[in-house]
Amino acid sequence: MTSAVDALAAGPVFGLPLPELWFALVFAILGTFLFLDGFDFGAGAIFATLREDAAREAVLSAIGPFWDGNEVWLVVFGGALFAAFPSVYAGLFSRHYLLMFGILGALILRGLAPEMYEQRRDERWQRWWGRSFVAGSVLAPFLLGAFAGNWLVGTPRSLTLVGVVTGVTVTALTVVSGAAFLRLKARDALPETVTQIGVGAVAAYLLAVVATLGVLATRLPAGVDALLSLPVLALVAASVALGVGYAVALRRGANVAALAAAAGLTYGLTAVVAVLMYPRIDPATGATVSDAVVSTLPLNLMSIGAALLLPLIATYFAVLYSAFSGPISAEEAY
Amino acid sequence: MIDPVLASRFQFALTTIVHIIFPVMSMGLAPFLIYFTWKDIRGGDPVYEQLRRFWTKIFAISFVVGTVTGIVLEFEFGTNFAAFSTTAGELFGGPLAVEGMMAFMLEATFLGIFVFGRERVSDRLYMVSSLAVGVGTWLSAVWILIANSWMQMPRGYELVAEDGQEVVHLVDPVAAYLTPRFGYMYVHMQNAAVESVALFMAGVSAYYVYRHHVWGHQTENIAFWQKTLKIALVALLITAPLQVLQGDLYARHVYETQPQKFAAMEAVWDTEAYVPEYIFAIPTDLSQFTDPRAKELFGIGIPGGASWLASGGDATAEIRGLNTFDTEAPPVAVVFWSFRAMVGMGFWFILLAFWGGYRWYTGELFEDGLLHKALMASGLLGIAAVELGWVVTEVGRQPWVIQGVLKTSEGVSPGLTGTEAMVTLAGFVGVYAGILALYTYVVARVIREGPPSVPGPRPRAERDTGPAEVPGDD
Repeated sequence: MTSAVDALAAGPVFGLPLPELWFALVFAILGTFLFLDGFDFGAGAIFATLREDAAREAVLSAIGPFWDGNEVWLVVFGGALFAAFPSVYAGLFSRHYLLMFGILGALILRGLAPEMYEQRRDERWQRWWGRSFVAGSVLAPFLLGAFAGNWLVGTPRSLTLVGVVTGVTVTALTVVSGAAFLRLKARDALPETVTQIGVGAVAAYLLAVVATLGVLATRLPAGVDALLSLPVLALVAASVALGVGYAVALRRGANVAALAAAAGLTYGLTAVVAVLMYPRIDPATGATVSDAVVSTLPLNLMSIGAALLLPLIATYFAVLYSAFSGPISAEEAY
Repeated sequence: MIDPVLASRFQFALTTIVHIIFPVMSMGLAPFLIYFTWKDIRGGDPVYEQLRRFWTKIFAISFVVGTVTGIVLEFEFGTNFAAFSTTAGELFGGPLAVEGMMAFMLEATFLGIFVFGRERVSDRLYMVSSLAVGVGTWLSAVWILIANSWMQMPRGYELVAEDGQEVVHLVDPVAAYLTPRFGYMYVHMQNAAVESVALFMAGVSAYYVYRHHVWGHQTENIAFWQKTLKIALVALLITAPLQVLQGDLYARHVYETQPQKFAAMEAVWDTEAYVPEYIFAIPTDLSQFTDPRAKELFGIGIPGGASWLASGGDATAEIRGLNTFDTEAPPVAVVFWSFRAMVGMGFWFILLAFWGGYRWYTGELFEDGLLHKALMASGLLGIAAVELGWVVTEVGRQPWVIQGVLKTSEGVSPGLTGTEAMVTLAGFVGVYAGILALYTYVVARVIREGPPSVPGPRPRAERDTGPAEVPGDD
């Protein structure tokens, strides 16, 4: 046992660049969370536009089996950041103290509201919980986006212009995912307007990305040069192509293709943030990935754990999403 | 202006005390649900389908509320206890991350199938889902308690100075993550969860059994409630004695490894031998109300009892007093009384279990109104005992957040202002009162609605319409 521990403390497993891999993994997990829970946040925003009872029920039934599993990606994001870069986790979360609790409050509202909505049939009760559901679903991605924007520019303040534009960007992106998801899961019960909302959201998203990049050019230390690097330009170009592809696919009813485009947009956005940040991981303190990473032994252990568990998690999600493949009817509740 | 350290501690205490209710419900219900699912899938008595569906509703709402209140705790390490997270993150972050990946992912994904998917998936996958959810909830506790037990009994680490701050480095993962404390805590916690849920089930079903049999009101689904009561009693007969026996070993382990906490549990100020075990103690002078072992005290004690318990049979064993430690004592009265209330309830649950078991044996389980009332009154006491046990564990280790390594006051975020901490604390008081009220309301509604109606026993129904199908095996 001791020799195994010594070997694990001596150097990274297989000589891999583990600090960089964990930096990438943290952002990949954040992107997965934004994409998957984006279905639920977006569904919540679209819920606000629906007046008919049957359509509202259809939205809640569509996200019912999935949202809890989707939200766990946020828990894993926090856990991975804590385990691999504890000082960044501690610094970021305490610096944006009220913002973090705003996110938590929005997530509480979003999680409880659908459960409560289904409890009683009376109109006032459902109006109240319906509004709470919408408020939580819109606020959570907005505040998460603001958190990511503040993180990237390294501001100690929580309410900033960067935060607002990144917040709007992320919120629009969740509506993009949510529209495609609802077209897939609840198409018969929903009006055609959902398609228009999706197309409108993707246009708004691309505009918001441009606005965000404009603000970032004035806020990042490297300024415009940072934005003109090849990977960032390539990702922005890909986003425009994916956005157009999304709109076309959604109009044609190719909902799976639209969802895939939304996935590309979400991972593209998180990749832009990661590329702009690297090699730093906490721009507020200037700490780099190699400064902030934990020592070799725990990093190796975490890497082995993640290598074993992430494929298993992918399997769980595959089982869940295939068990509920195709439209979900409003009657499928416990 | 309130001190951010104090506000952070109150906030963490509040958010944990409320949160733990929901995992206790879901972890405790898990083995029952696996059993109900298995019996339901094998066919036969339709009461198992009712049991599965009814208790799954309560499980699902507990799980959802547990999710949203649990994320708060993970975030609070960073927001309120940044200094602790930076110091201990290398060792402490790993278990939390693995909890998310190994346990929470498993339960949250299969929960979707378990709650919504009965009609969509095969019997086999449905059974697998119930197992995955159940195993997931219990694995969650493994990693959380690995993290917590290390804070109680830190090992396998060294302190290294980094940027002028002492930081924990992991040296021996086996020693750090598998402290002897982990085993005691895990058994104590999981058994407590099952016992608490058994008490809850017994309390609820006793009400309907009493209403039907003693009170004489015709009650729908009485067979369902009778079955629930019997299953709960079986679980209680197993878990209640085990909890006290294992708790005794656990307390002895605390005496050996966390003497300051043990001294607070017994309120021993000066090192003494032949320490009595006070079952009841009140100060005769009210100015000493918070100090249960004040000099002017009226108490009923078993001579040598505390020494006997601490050492496992030696009534003359010495207990180190609180005054001999370099640090201030934890709030002794809180620890002393919480410990006594928890242990007292533990014995009461054993009495309830044997009382119910005896009435079952004599065939009067459904007729003993006093037993029913006792069970109803005790329905929530299991959860109360869990709360008190955690108060002993967490208040008893103060002033340390990591025993002997880092004080709680040194673990709070350095930049946190009193205003910020106060705003969120006030917010949580409001929001969590609302969450508790809503949870109670929903669970009460589910109980009042009763179990869903399911098709009656197949063989009899078929006999009435003709011998069309072969009856399912019973």
